[in-house]
Amino acid sequence: MRVEGKGLVDRSAPVRFLFDGLAYQGFKGDTLASALLANGVKLVGRSFKYHRPRGVLTAGSEEPNALVEIIEERQQTPNVRATVQEIYEGMEAKSQNRWPSLKFDVMAVNDLAAPFLSAGFYYKTFMWPRAFWERIYEPIIRRAAGLGSLSRRHDEADYEKAFAFCDLLVIGAGPAGLAAALQAGRAGADVILADENPVMGGRLLSDMALMDGKPALEWARDVLDELGGMPNVRLMTRTTVTGAYDGGTYGALERVGLHVAAMPDLPRECFWRIVAGQTVLAAGAQERMIAFSDNDRPGIMVASAIRTYLNHYGVAPGKRVTIFANNDDARQTARDLMAAGVEVAAIIDARADASVLEDCPVYAGAVVVGTKGRLGLQAITMLHRGAEIEIETDCLGVSGGWNPLVHLTCHMNGRPVWDAALAAFLPQAGAVPGLHVAGAAAGLFSTARCLASGAAVAVEALGVLGRKAAPIGLPAAEEADYDLLPLWEVKGKRRAWLDFANDVTTKDVRLAAQENFASVEHMKRYTTQGMAPDQGKNSNMGALAVLADATGRGIAQTGVTTFRPPFSPVSIAAMGAGGRAEGFAPQRYLTSHSASVERAAPMIEAGLWYRPSYFPRPGEVTWREACDREVRMVRHTVGVCDVSTLGKIDIQGRDAARFLDLVYTNMFSTLPVGRVRYGLMLRADGHVLDDGTTARLGEHHFVMTTTTAAAGAVMRHLDFVQQAYCADWDVRTISVTENWAQFAVAGPKAKVLLESLFDAPDLPFMGCTAVQIGRTGARLFRISFSGEQGYEVAVPARYGEALFRDLLARAETLGGGAYGLEALNVLRIEKGFITHAEIHGRVTAFDIGMGKMISAKKDCIGKGAAARPGLVGPARDQLVGLRPVNDAQISAGAHLFNPGEEVMRANDQGYVTSVGYSPTMSGYLGLAFLRNGRARHGEMVRLVDHLRGIDLLCEVCDPVFHDKEGVKLRG
Amino acid sequence: MVELIAKSALAGQGPITLAGLTLAEVDLGQVTSIAPYAGQEKALAAALKPLGLAFPKPNELRAKGAVRLAWTGRGQAFLIGAAPGDWAEIAALTDQSDGWAALSLTGAGAEDVLARLVPVDLRGMGAAARSSLGHMGVILMRHKDGFELMVFRSMARTAWHEIEAAMKMQAARQAL
Repeated sequence: MRVEGKGLVDRSAPVRFLFDGLAYQGFKGDTLASALLANGVKLVGRSFKYHRPRGVLTAGSEEPNALVEIIEERQQTPNVRATVQEIYEGMEAKSQNRWPSLKFDVMAVNDLAAPFLSAGFYYKTFMWPRAFWERIYEPIIRRAAGLGSLSRRHDEADYEKAFAFCDLLVIGAGPAGLAAALQAGRAGADVILADENPVMGGRLLSDMALMDGKPALEWARDVLDELGGMPNVRLMTRTTVTGAYDGGTYGALERVGLHVAAMPDLPRECFWRIVAGQTVLAAGAQERMIAFSDNDRPGIMVASAIRTYLNHYGVAPGKRVTIFANNDDARQTARDLMAAGVEVAAIIDARADASVLEDCPVYAGAVVVGTKGRLGLQAITMLHRGAEIEIETDCLGVSGGWNPLVHLTCHMNGRPVWDAALAAFLPQAGAVPGLHVAGAAAGLFSTARCLASGAAVAVEALGVLGRKAAPIGLPAAEEADYDLLPLWEVKGKRRAWLDFANDVTTKDVRLAAQENFASVEHMKRYTTQGMAPDQGKNSNMGALAVLADATGRGIAQTGVTTFRPPFSPVSIAAMGAGGRAEGFAPQRYLTSHSASVERAAPMIEAGLWYRPSYFPRPGEVTWREACDREVRMVRHTVGVCDVSTLGKIDIQGRDAARFLDLVYTNMFSTLPVGRVRYGLMLRADGHVLDDGTTARLGEHHFVMTTTTAAAGAVMRHLDFVQQAYCADWDVRTISVTENWAQFAVAGPKAKVLLESLFDAPDLPFMGCTAVQIGRTGARLFRISFSGEQGYEVAVPARYGEALFRDLLARAETLGGGAYGLEALNVLRIEKGFITHAEIHGRVTAFDIGMGKMISAKKDCIGKGAAARPGLVGPARDQLVGLRPVNDAQISAGAHLFNPGEEVMRANDQGYVTSVGYSPTMSGYLGLAFLRNGRARHGEMVRLVDHLRGIDLLCEVCDPVFHDKEGVKLRG
Repeated sequence: MVELIAKSALAGQGPITLAGLTLAEVDLGQVTSIAPYAGQEKALAAALKPLGLAFPKPNELRAKGAVRLAWTGRGQAFLIGAAPGDWAEIAALTDQSDGWAALSLTGAGAEDVLARLVPVDLRGMGAAARSSLGHMGVILMRHKDGFELMVFRSMARTAWHEIEAAMKMQAARQAL
């Protein structure tokens, strides 16, 4: 219920929301947890395995119990922590993992079966019969256990990713973080102050501390005002720094739009990559639970959370509160409650020598041994001086001490160091380069020490950055001692929970130790402790203390499991922001794109490019009809195809020819100006990298073409070769792929077409020259990938669309037209020309029948490696042509076998790389790699494709099916 | 005689203004890559003198009037807005005028939009940088009250879309 006059929420701004279908009212500034507690709602969820009723345990991002689903029109977000989710008008939340309702959950029967469901139960119980695991046991277990559910729809909401840079990143805006940011901000450094809460101030918002005799909040507000006015300081609220990475890089998740109803274009979250010169970690500390019998009932929370609900939200989580603690700090919760008029039933202090001077009953040397109340706490049983005493109470605040939040210091393999005095792990100095730890995260638990260390650590970090900082005036603050008696577990008959989210009890940890899963990492995996959304923040310490006890080792010896990023859950949608659907990769469009789309060509992705598959004409029902027509068109009249996607590289310099001799297997220095040559390029390991043509435009000027697929790889290769092997040569390379739109004009009427467009010179086969199309300078190459008399015309890309449309119109008047990728593929298969389907990275020049292209007169990259034993000879799979004997369909990917031999891997004779229906040859043609294939022309092989159910005989032949002598090509 | 019509990469796409920022396609005019040959530094310096420009160091952008010379890579710079001289003996010259789409992003807070896409510390960035814009390569140049960006011509639409999306989200954040 609300406590009048308390809290920082805006009482003038009521906010209505729904939880499990019921309407509630909270105030602006409330979290879902605080608003539910204000409405007296204690039961908020069911546990993972036993479906135990659960209530709010904490007031922060570590919450293991109060996980809910947020329902929006097009979103259903599971596992949202009610302690983090701010309420907004009309918000709808739903509890999870219960059926049919939160109060009556059928699966709670699991709790009765608990003796059979201990750690590792499914490894033991469901072993037999083996086949049942995947189809029967696992689905049932998964349905019974689990947390939230998904909408099963695409997440089409907006998410952001962003980069930020600063001199000093300050993580956490409590007293230490504020002091550090102020220190650095005043010194003129670029500062980012990130805090996971909507309001900065950290514990100062929850504790009624005084500074210089005034409420500490006033100081915090003044500091935030000053920081907010500094142009060099960026304040990032609702931003959790989730991971520490190399080079001062940190990942952070900002909740941008999750605290308001969805708005157009407003990102839900932003995933930041922050690069900081130095970093101050002021993440604070987290209060821990104590394990005792039935310690998981709704109404039992950590003591500091009660203080937060009271002081920050003006909510008393109970009418009659009891405190159970092993340290002084929790007393403050009792005092604040009493000051606010809330009854405190008792303070149960585990320390026998603790002071009993409070305005309520104090039991020193006492522990809680049992609790009552299924859907909400009703009473506890205390053991005091040998007597069990029952105390009626509806809220129990527990404090087992505090754990410094050292997580980020461990993200680069640093291990925290055990401090026996504080009974806590402290950060190891220097565990993350450039990361300095301040305040409670460093084990300094008083406000005064937090302030001082924040400022001091900032000065240290600024020193590393070479900046001097004048001292900032710090206010006088509380300097209380934190006197703690380690207490992890009160042994009892009933189950005592450690990991609330994954339902792991002390019994499970002992069982793990008993079954020799005694290392902390093994215990974790055997029990699933620490593997829930809170990643063990609430349970690691307790679990390893119990494990230490069970194995007779000390805590320091037992060690902790590894803290890995992220510190708190990060949605995949935020990390993949912008990458959904077409956002996955850039789309590359040809200059002819709209002209092709206008002609109804289906555009298919080839690399990042969108290329026309074929150009359907009226009456054509299947792609094959269009493809066959386009092939015939090129063979008989003329076809036009956009080939701009091929890589083009401009190569200049006095050593350009020498350079080409080095990267190509064949000779280019002998190529005359105005001529083009086909070239083959090897990787250093002797396998084929790429092929293409290179034209000599001038004495020291070449333009190389590459395949579409390897354009980037070849550019990178040339750059590497130039830098690594011949840095002193005068050769310069630059990509001109994008600068030129290039079109193939192929077929018997190609020349006629070009002559109608410009003054076309009489170019010999493999010739090139500059031409003039109107006022536009163009390049004309006589090269052919189709086997017909073929040309390629290149113009600066701005004229690409105009030229394509013009070429098409002229082709159509000649009975030709555009052809797409499908026809292009058939045309080249008919000619036995290779693509990356053949030169797929595992073939050598020898394999594709181009062994002789490795010039004997010079060296080239890959030459020596290509001659290694095993890369040449009859044992190699060699390129051949295939023709099915009965003209049936064949498939790429099929494997080849000798007729009569059993179809099995050991008998494999090769594989098919490309197939197509050839209208020219009236049948299917294939290119394949066949063991010793060149010697086997005329033989029969059996082609088997189990996937497509193809099994037939093919004749092995020369890979060139059409115009073997190249008569048509030369014209 | 045939006259081919020129079209820019984003022909038909007008400027958009969001969150006080304007995104527009710009025409850079003639762009030529200049990659000096070994030992030609002095000759190149002399050749560039009439333009009032010096060959830029990494991340530098030299400008004189409407003519700019931007560093674009190892031993390479782009001459923008002017024709190169007869320097073929001094450096490899390659026309790049059609290979790039140029966009301008101007207005206060342009850095905040670019911070969504470009992983470069814009605080310390010189006047020119070669980086990435999402998954695309980009040449980034400071210009007037913002930036000019050069992306591969074929990727212009993706670049536009991604910058526009970042601007929209920035505007929605401001409206919050």
